[in-house]
Amino acid sequence: MEINNFVFILLSIVTLLCAMGVVLVKNPIHSGLFLVMTMFSIAGHYVLLSAQFVAVVNVIVYAGAVMVLLLFVMMLLNLNKENEPLKSFKVKLLGAVVSGMMLVSMIALYKTNLTAHSMPGIPTSEDFGYVKPLGKLLFTKYVFPFELSSILFLAAIVGAVFLGNRNKTEQ
Amino acid sequence: MMDLLGFENYLWLCTALFCIGAFGVLIRRNVIILLMCIELMLNAANLLFIAFSYKWNNMDGHIFVFFSMLVAAAEVAVGLALIVLIFRKYRTTDIRMFDKLKG
Repeated sequence: MEINNFVFILLSIVTLLCAMGVVLVKNPIHSGLFLVMTMFSIAGHYVLLSAQFVAVVNVIVYAGAVMVLLLFVMMLLNLNKENEPLKSFKVKLLGAVVSGMMLVSMIALYKTNLTAHSMPGIPTSEDFGYVKPLGKLLFTKYVFPFELSSILFLAAIVGAVFLGNRNKTEQ
Repeated sequence: MMDLLGFENYLWLCTALFCIGAFGVLIRRNVIILLMCIELMLNAANLLFIAFSYKWNNMDGHIFVFFSMLVAAAEVAVGLALIVLIFRKYRTTDIRMFDKLKG
């Protein structure tokens, strides 16, 4: 049990530092690589919460597909530190104040409303997070949203191809 | 698990991650970085879904995380196509250029 706490603290530190890296680093390519690190540490959190399948999907979808797409576009557009638009110090300060106040107010909300009695929890079952119960749930209770999501993906594919092609035919 | 630390730590972690993403959306001007910060905020919500579904021994949260990842992937695909299109016209990814879009 002690090792779980140690791993949790380590993963949390990595997650938060890499997230700050995404936001604060000037070079867009570097912040993309920081985002990959953040995704891997979040996948570690999923494994810690015995959601192995979600962890694998997270690594494949985010650290694989989405990040390859983002980094590819950044390299295609030749973005680097020189043509990075910057905001003034005043805007940065205001952003820090606003998000800091959001953090404080959300934590205060949890502190006042959540007690140990309000979240007793239930001990996890033997096959929690395995593929079999997950697939059963996905193809029985959630089969309609699952089919709708395929329509969403079709629309996204058609939209992306259409947007990518349109300029070429006009010129 | 989480004997010494308690379950609330996931709440603090996800709140901090969400606020870092919101901070990024507020202070950056590069549209691609804004997309990344939105991904950070989405992932904070996903992690909280998984944490609560572990606590309540209910796997519906995992399904919600699947759908959220799916929508995020579709969003990034279409968003990047739009960004490339706008970059071809204005030669920049500054968010301030995007207010010139009409109809």
